[in-house]
Amino acid sequence: MSDPAAAIARILTTGAARAITGVRGEWRAEIAADAPRIYFANHASHGDFLLVWTVLPRHLRRRTRPVAGADYWEDGAVRRFFGRRVFDAVLVDRRPDRRSGDPLAPLAAALDAGQSLILFPEGTRNRTEERLLPLKSGLYHLTRAHPQAVPVPVWIENLNRVMPKGEMVPIPLLCTVTFGAPLPVGAGEDKASYLDRARRAMLALAPGATA
Amino acid sequence: MTPSMEAPALFAGIAAVLAAATLAGWLLRRRFGRTATIENLEARVRAWWVMVGLLALAFLLGHGGVIVLFALASFAALREFVTLTPTRRGDHWALAAAFFLVLPAQYWLVGIAWYGLYSIFIPVYVFLLLPVAAALRGDTTRFMARVAELQWGLMICVFCVSHVPALLTLPIPGFAGRHLLLVAFLVLVVQASDVLQYVWGKLLGRRRIAPALSPSKTVEGFLGGIASATLLGAAMWWMTPFAPWQAALMALVATLMGFLGGLVMSAIKRDRGVKDWGRMIEGHGGMLDRLDSVIFAAPVFFHLTRYWWTV
Repeated sequence: MSDPAAAIARILTTGAARAITGVRGEWRAEIAADAPRIYFANHASHGDFLLVWTVLPRHLRRRTRPVAGADYWEDGAVRRFFGRRVFDAVLVDRRPDRRSGDPLAPLAAALDAGQSLILFPEGTRNRTEERLLPLKSGLYHLTRAHPQAVPVPVWIENLNRVMPKGEMVPIPLLCTVTFGAPLPVGAGEDKASYLDRARRAMLALAPGATA
Repeated sequence: MTPSMEAPALFAGIAAVLAAATLAGWLLRRRFGRTATIENLEARVRAWWVMVGLLALAFLLGHGGVIVLFALASFAALREFVTLTPTRRGDHWALAAAFFLVLPAQYWLVGIAWYGLYSIFIPVYVFLLLPVAAALRGDTTRFMARVAELQWGLMICVFCVSHVPALLTLPIPGFAGRHLLLVAFLVLVVQASDVLQYVWGKLLGRRRIAPALSPSKTVEGFLGGIASATLLGAAMWWMTPFAPWQAALMALVATLMGFLGGLVMSAIKRDRGVKDWGRMIEGHGGMLDRLDSVIFAAPVFFHLTRYWWTV
């Protein structure tokens, strides 16, 4: 935390996110305060985790780290500054040929240290007309291996309209980040069943969903 | 009263009314407990303190402060409007231009008091050029509807709102240095009319006046609110270049336009399936929920004043 450049960058980026999107957090359920959390959200824009981060109360934000692709955030000094020092991201290498060992190991280490994670189980940005891509299995393995962590479904609405792919100027539009009820893995629940429940829990938080 | 003391006296008066409202809310809560109506009432009063505080700060900063305040209000209003409008990728340039070129340009023109251009900039030039920006992107799906909705949003959220600070540019003989009071007159009369319609409606409301548009607006609230806001306008004639009877008529026109504006904006919300435009102002909804009546009153009030009272 004793990094003034990163602290200033944090204030500027969350301030800009608020100014452009007027973002508001909405909590649909009470969540145990002290346990680490795994926020899993839909992913349509590079700014997604910034919005989640912006609406988290300060005491939660301080110990919440985004999970991001190393191939993107290690590429160049500016991205490295933001990825490492500003947002303290947990970097995952998405290129199977380049990684060694368990790709989820850094995530497990963060959860074991009591930190919370923001992750995007679609695995990549959704550039289709579909509301949500199929979820990758990492979410299931991570939640099952860490029963002490609380999995929280999250829906980010509208950010894809603020900054569509390939555009340089953001359009100011109101965004909402909705947090749902915790969704732990059931006893003996298999991967397909859990991922299906997780997917439906996310979609149920989207505006216009018939919950 | 000397002119320099008029604005402070006015704000002291408003603060006294708000203090009474805060006290009333506190007493109601002690008497009846935390009901939803009382909580909403208290939230509204708290938001009024903030809004009046911002207005007072803008007045302290002078004409520039008021212009910037309403430019920011336009920004928030347009953001709410576009959020509820189904736009497409092909609108990106037009939307970026609306927020980052048209809006600042309109308030800059008001700032330099160029009446000949700020009164036609959006209705003529933007009207013709923004569809070009959308057309050049080549997406023709729902083209007519998209272009029309964005133009309508700019007229409502930028053009009409900018007519409140545009009052500062009117050359009214014998009124030099007192224009901020005229702005305060318009805003106070229209907002007081909203509050008074709400209060009369809660006290006496029986018959709904426009059930298809707004379940909460009643005939009793409408008549009581308009009549009492007109009387308030007459009592505040000293802030204007008008005689008392003229101030009453101007207040009547402004409050009627405000009421009708509320109905129009309700129709849009109904169509979009929302109750409020946003959640920016606690207890009130969004910026457009608070400004809808001012939006419809301001251009008419502006042009009536310009036609009869300027040289």
